[in-house]
Amino acid sequence: MAAEAIGWWGVPLGILAGTLRSSAPFLFVSLGECLTEKSGKINLGLEGTLLMGAMSAYAISYLGSEKWGMSPAASPWIGVLVAGCAGMVLGFIHAWLSQQPKVNDIAVGIAMIIFGSGVAFFLGKPFIQPQAPQLPFFELGRLMSNVPAVQSALQISPLFLIGVGLAPLMSWFFKSTRPGLFIRAVGDSPDAALAMGVSIKKVRMLCIIAGSFLAGIGGAYLSLVSPGSWNEGISSGQGLMAVALVIFARWNPVQCLWASLFFGGTQAVGPALQAVGVDSGIYLFNAAPYVLTLLIMIITCSPKRTLSGAPGALGTISG
Amino acid sequence: MRNIRSIYVPRRQVIRGLLATAAFGATSKLWTGCSSDSATSNSTTESGSGTGSSDQPLVLGFLYVGAKDDYGWSQAHALGVKEIGNLPGVKIVEQASVPETKDVQEVMRSMIDEDGATAIFPTSFGYFKPHILEMAKQYPAVQFFHCSTLWEAGMPENIGNYYADTDEGQFVAGRVAAQTTKTGKLGFVAAKPVNPVIRNINSFIMGARSVKPDVKIQVIFTGDWLEPVKEEQATNSLADQGVDVIGVHVDSPKVVIETAEKRKIFSSGYHADQTDLAPKGYLTGTTFYWAEFYKNYVDMIKAGKKVMDGSIPRVIQGSMKEKYIKLAPFGPAVSEAAKKDAEDAEAKIADGSLLVYTGEIKDNTGKVRIPKGTAYKMTDPVLDKIDWLAEGVQGSVS
Repeated sequence: MAAEAIGWWGVPLGILAGTLRSSAPFLFVSLGECLTEKSGKINLGLEGTLLMGAMSAYAISYLGSEKWGMSPAASPWIGVLVAGCAGMVLGFIHAWLSQQPKVNDIAVGIAMIIFGSGVAFFLGKPFIQPQAPQLPFFELGRLMSNVPAVQSALQISPLFLIGVGLAPLMSWFFKSTRPGLFIRAVGDSPDAALAMGVSIKKVRMLCIIAGSFLAGIGGAYLSLVSPGSWNEGISSGQGLMAVALVIFARWNPVQCLWASLFFGGTQAVGPALQAVGVDSGIYLFNAAPYVLTLLIMIITCSPKRTLSGAPGALGTISG
Repeated sequence: MRNIRSIYVPRRQVIRGLLATAAFGATSKLWTGCSSDSATSNSTTESGSGTGSSDQPLVLGFLYVGAKDDYGWSQAHALGVKEIGNLPGVKIVEQASVPETKDVQEVMRSMIDEDGATAIFPTSFGYFKPHILEMAKQYPAVQFFHCSTLWEAGMPENIGNYYADTDEGQFVAGRVAAQTTKTGKLGFVAAKPVNPVIRNINSFIMGARSVKPDVKIQVIFTGDWLEPVKEEQATNSLADQGVDVIGVHVDSPKVVIETAEKRKIFSSGYHADQTDLAPKGYLTGTTFYWAEFYKNYVDMIKAGKKVMDGSIPRVIQGSMKEKYIKLAPFGPAVSEAAKKDAEDAEAKIADGSLLVYTGEIKDNTGKVRIPKGTAYKMTDPVLDKIDWLAEGVQGSVS
């Protein structure tokens, strides 16, 4: 029994595995975007940041262990850190550009998608072929079951756990701390923030940079955990989906967590169903995340009220 | 205040706007205006080089859809190109990661206009229509060689095709897989249900069932050529279902092979040799050896032959016999008996006594698709019409 196929149980298990495995990039990018948008700016460029993070983490992890003599246990973690820093650099460019007078942050964001992915592809050319050391897993499944499928599904990355912990922490940060209040004030009512004596530019600059740091770490997860490889199709639009996800989560970090888990899980629906032999409508299953998003958007939207929870200054071009 | 301001347009702004428009016009003229005059200028240089001077190097342009070291389709081509790059009197112009959009045309144009390429090899399937057709019309003196068998009568005469059929390689790899599997369940991660992919799945299972008739294969289509996240999930889902050998046909099999190795199951590769990615679980794989084609083309073009007048064949096609297709070195999990069997099968295929498509072949709904007594050679155009999955495949093409 144990070594045999698990049949239809493979579907929920596959979805669970997909949830635990591939929701972290969504989580990090959406938390980063949430922070950015709370301060009243949109950073669409996180797709580029995600790719840049994936590339730099993979590159550092590979170079560190192969060329610079670091231990293969340490170099992926340094890769994660460098990915975050690479994200911060892109974030700084976005923050600086989008706060120039009469500059539209969405336009800058689109430019940053192209710039970030272009730089990542250019610098990443030599790293497509080599194999970089990967981040370790917590083997939770090994304690609970001896079915290999379950063991594999319950391999949990520490990076994912950090992301899960970060969501409530960020929620608390916004609600109960002074800097959190400043960020909300800058995002909701810049004039009030100015009256409080808070520098709008500085707050936004810091928020965008910190948000991009998180997105960079999301990229590191892609290349060092799952799928664990660097190539030019690695993000497949996850950065952009995560930005949309923030709206879906109503700018609430804890809801960002649920939304990310949901997206990660639905991504696995197509492959899991095909593996048990449900093979009609492949393309429909592969489109499941988008279909479900549309459905939920339709169910939750209402013509009578505007989006609740949206920061007041979002989308306005004010100093 | 505001109204007045918007009516009054500052002089500086006007000058700046005019300059920007002029700059835009100057640069964009290169793109739109050259279609007619550069085609003529190119045909003159072409005729000049064709008549006499052989001291000029032969310039060949190569375009890849992916990176040159992606362990996949593009790497296989780039390896072949590397071998001809060392030949005397040959200059290679390469560009990797060219998307199957209008960009292809611009890259080809610049290779012809700027670098003086006289033969272009766009290696990706999707470059053909409409991009190559369009460029071939615009540059009638340049030869285009596309890696497919898509040319049909009525299309520009300066397009040639070359292709290596992988069915025979997949057939032998399937035999190896069947002799290695313990569960009798194979898996296949495929990109899209199109003819070359379907044929590879079919010949893989037909090879496997020629050893063990009860072997089954579960196919997962990811929907596109490069979908790393889905490829990983597909491989994991297959492993969850007790599959212990995974075949693959996506643009870059790296993620699938690595994931299979992580799950401690076997994998059978495609495009290029992936032994390094899975030192334990890699069985073998169908690999292309494009260098054979490219050497051949260099010789023919240097001898002044042209596809336009028929001195270069319209389609050059081959497979294992011509050494266009080889099996990757066997991994440690392949038994001695299986190795011997694979070598025998290869020899039989090479001398023509074993044809992959020999009836009776049924599809996976039980319908007879190739009747008893009928056998098709690899180059038979009937095979390009295959849109059904063979018996033993669990999956569907729609």
